[in-house]
Amino acid sequence: MSAASYLDAGMTIRSWLTTHDHKRIAILYAISITLFFFIGGAAATLMRIELATPTGDLVSASTYNKLFTMHGVIMVWFFLIPSIPATLGNFLVPLMIGAKDLAFPRLNLASWYLYVGGALFTLAALFAGGIDTGWTFYTPFSTMFSNSHVIAAIAGVFIVGFSSILTGLNFIVTIHTLRAPGMTWFRLPLFVWAHYATSVILVLATPVLGMTLALLGIERIWHIGIFDPSLGGDPLLFQHLFWFYSHPAVYIMVLPAMGIASEIIACFARNPVFGYRSMAYAIIAIAVIGFLVWGHHMFVSGQSVYAGIVFSVLSYLVAIPSAIKVFNWTATLYKGTISFEAPMLYALGFVGLFMFGGMSGLFLAALALDVQLTDTYFVVAHFHYIMVGGSVSAYLAGIHFWWPKITGRLYPPRWAQFAAVLLFLGFNFTFFPQYLLGIAGMPRRYHEYAPQFTTLNVLSSAGAVILAIGYLLPLVYLTWSLFRGAKAPANPWGASGLEWTTTSPPPEDNFGDRPVAVGEPYAYPLLERSPQRSAGAPK
Amino acid sequence: MNLPFLPEPASALAPRYDSLFVAMTVLTSTVALLVIALMLLFAYRYRRGAVVDRVRAPPAEREQIRRRIEIAWIALPLLFFVAAFGWAAALYFDRSSPPAGALEVAVVAKQWMWTLEHATGQREIDQLHVPVNVPVKLVMTSQDAIHSFFVPAFRVKQDVLPGRYTVLWFTATRTGDFDLFCAEYCGTDHARMFGHVIALEPPQYQRWLDAHGDPTMAMRGEALFRQFGCSGCHGANAAVHAPSLDGLYGRPVPLADGTMVMADDRYIRDSILVPRKEVAAGYAPIMPSFAGQIGEADILDLIAYIRHRADAETPVR
Amino acid sequence: MSDTTTLPAPAQRELRRTTMEFGMWVFLTTETLFFGVLFFAYLIMRLRYADGFAAASRHTNMLLGTLNTAVLLTSSVTMAIAVDAAKIGRARLCAMLLSSTAVLGIVFLAIKGYEYHAEYVQHLFPGNGFEAVSVAGMQTFFWLYFVMTGFHALHLLIGVALVALMAARVRSGAFVAQSPASIDNAGLYWHFVDIVWIFMYPALYLVARS
Repeated sequence: MSAASYLDAGMTIRSWLTTHDHKRIAILYAISITLFFFIGGAAATLMRIELATPTGDLVSASTYNKLFTMHGVIMVWFFLIPSIPATLGNFLVPLMIGAKDLAFPRLNLASWYLYVGGALFTLAALFAGGIDTGWTFYTPFSTMFSNSHVIAAIAGVFIVGFSSILTGLNFIVTIHTLRAPGMTWFRLPLFVWAHYATSVILVLATPVLGMTLALLGIERIWHIGIFDPSLGGDPLLFQHLFWFYSHPAVYIMVLPAMGIASEIIACFARNPVFGYRSMAYAIIAIAVIGFLVWGHHMFVSGQSVYAGIVFSVLSYLVAIPSAIKVFNWTATLYKGTISFEAPMLYALGFVGLFMFGGMSGLFLAALALDVQLTDTYFVVAHFHYIMVGGSVSAYLAGIHFWWPKITGRLYPPRWAQFAAVLLFLGFNFTFFPQYLLGIAGMPRRYHEYAPQFTTLNVLSSAGAVILAIGYLLPLVYLTWSLFRGAKAPANPWGASGLEWTTTSPPPEDNFGDRPVAVGEPYAYPLLERSPQRSAGAPK
Repeated sequence: MNLPFLPEPASALAPRYDSLFVAMTVLTSTVALLVIALMLLFAYRYRRGAVVDRVRAPPAEREQIRRRIEIAWIALPLLFFVAAFGWAAALYFDRSSPPAGALEVAVVAKQWMWTLEHATGQREIDQLHVPVNVPVKLVMTSQDAIHSFFVPAFRVKQDVLPGRYTVLWFTATRTGDFDLFCAEYCGTDHARMFGHVIALEPPQYQRWLDAHGDPTMAMRGEALFRQFGCSGCHGANAAVHAPSLDGLYGRPVPLADGTMVMADDRYIRDSILVPRKEVAAGYAPIMPSFAGQIGEADILDLIAYIRHRADAETPVR
Repeated sequence: MSDTTTLPAPAQRELRRTTMEFGMWVFLTTETLFFGVLFFAYLIMRLRYADGFAAASRHTNMLLGTLNTAVLLTSSVTMAIAVDAAKIGRARLCAMLLSSTAVLGIVFLAIKGYEYHAEYVQHLFPGNGFEAVSVAGMQTFFWLYFVMTGFHALHLLIGVALVALMAARVRSGAFVAQSPASIDNAGLYWHFVDIVWIFMYPALYLVARS
């Protein structure tokens, strides 16, 4: 099996821009989202520098507002939503189920072009002077009072929404119809389960955002509509519709991360995932219940007390399957043979940070506590722990785990381990003080703040420096490895899963002969006592 | 009790809030530390190269153990969650139900300031004087974007929306000067939309009121009632057939479409701005809309006046 | 689709059919949620302005609305037969039926355009010139009316283009030997757009006319 790898299938730019190969499209996505990650990160850096002092002395108030809006818009729609699904998912789902490509390869390429199209609109809004509504686009501020480039920005988000929908559609059809012989539903890796659930959310929630933003845009242009009370509309209607998408969107970001953690922890503990089936069911439960909790963003918005009570109950309910996942990952370590390669460190970091984020979610789901904490830095810390500490760590874990498969190269392991630890420390250093700021009552989206919040803000800004280094390091040594890294074998980690049975990097058609799936997933060898009970274990 | 980081409690609700907060913190940190301790223990004990017993029970037995463990860690969190939910919901319910007879203050938020008006007519900007140990109820609306009234020391927060009234209440329990923040992003100077709530002993509060003795809200409302021409139709000697406003406030009103509606703040506000929405039974829908001609603060004064006509035979002050 | 190269040709065709059709159903689910927002907004606003919506609805042109419903339902019939004709290999019949489907779609759009024009002339277009303001909520109704029917018309326009393209390709003989999966899908899409209208028609035209 010495077929040329997919990377050798054509070297010209044209061959990349017209490719239908899911692996190459994954790389196109990876490059684009990395670019946006650093644009969004630059905005965050400026914000943290500004907040190092209580007065607004670095940038003006309106610039600051544009910074956090662009940071949110870019990080949510142009980095986090596509991050794992469109790159690692795109690359790995067909490999993991033993297929040669996604069901609709051309549609896959079209998704990337839509992403680029949306990105151009958003960048245009950025360069034309920015947008200052916050990524939540709340009406009537966004329709009546903002003098910034709202239309261009929401046009970008609207277009990138179609990219998400088509990616989700492609995954759903692929997972249903193109599984290799023997690859039954309960032999699918949890990574694939997670992408299936994510795709369902993408397909069902994204159109709601699309239409809601379209209505917002029409209202802003036409000066008539249904969201502005002075025109007979209702701003809470906008909030309901917006969060109907945007809460499930959190699960779009975190479910694939959970999939990655399951793969990596099982591999480096040399253990099957504890409670594989309950893990799969938990993924589905999160996706389903996740659709019913959006109102917990609106406990002080003026929605009725009874609505608040229902949404609070449902929010606690969705925490159960998330808790199961954390417990099961921990139990997967039991009696394993654990090694701490870089992907494992990132993945364990993910579990820790995700748990911290989830725990603070329990505060926010508690109605009375939310009253004090909502719209403060506590919320900022909460969702950064989940979406950045959690999802981005998992994304980097996945990148480090499958890097040899994707590029055929090995990276310097010590550097990667160092970066993983640095990132974990830097993240906590940056965002833990923000929990305390929120508890102390500092509202979010503040360009300047009362002096009692100074110490914690300075701590947070200092942590951001470490965090920034933590994010830049992988960029450096991974790029280095592309040129100087040692050639990777087919299965450098001794991992289970069909993707490791093909060469690194895989050939254009993924597998020489169509693979056949046999046995349970995560079939790492175990020592087992024989059923007849024996007193002493073999030494 | 004064907890680290939390502002010192200063309202009747705050200590109850803090107890729940402490309980949640203890619960979640216990679980988090337990999980982390287990992870570290496993990570160390079963590290590669360690000589340790790694032999498992046979599959069937293992399956049984797994099921028991999983049921346990579904059931236990569920139990805690039900308790946390119930506790928090009860408190939330209280914070959403202002007691009868609370001192009322009208709040109009606009980019980027708070304007407040006491029932007795004192107007303030970015400052609110209240007496301690007396429940205070704020009836709030916004003139433009959404704002949010947030006093960390009282543990209260409520969004302030255009086009409707939201209510927030608190009872200050100690004197002092407390931060008031806008917590919902509302545009350029959102961060500068701050103010102070100043809690005074009742005698000092009375002195403050006397020193700032403006005409009451109802008096202002009465003047506006004439100024906007309301009295032309709704007045005692009006030739036009329009409903009388005496005794209206707080009573149910039959509407032209057969339904009933409570004559509350919202109804009066809508009747001024969107008169054709809910037309009183027996009257022609001839009232013009005052939308765009009357400010939010003026509407609140008019409501105070109409309300006054319902609960007093006495003159306006 | 590269994935099917190892399968025998008929199985390959069958798999392609399955994936295409499945993909279309998933897409239509997305579309349902897309229009769902409009119907949800309609519901909320109608609950708020029951009288206004009833009064405004009387200003819509029920005759043209009903006529359009008939036109669209007929087009669904021709579409359904076209799909069957493709299945049994009657290429010419299929092309003819597809063309008539497209023509009926254009007729619908033409009538809709005429209706828009008439409403514009009668000052029913929300904005400064809007004149039917006797009851609160009338303007909101017409705003939703234009937005909802506008999005529907956009979808129908795409449908017309799609079906016309199919007709041309069938006529040129491109589909004769192949499985007509794409004709099936065009049919599904067309029926979906039709069904959306079936919900819009009573919501917009029949509110106060029971």
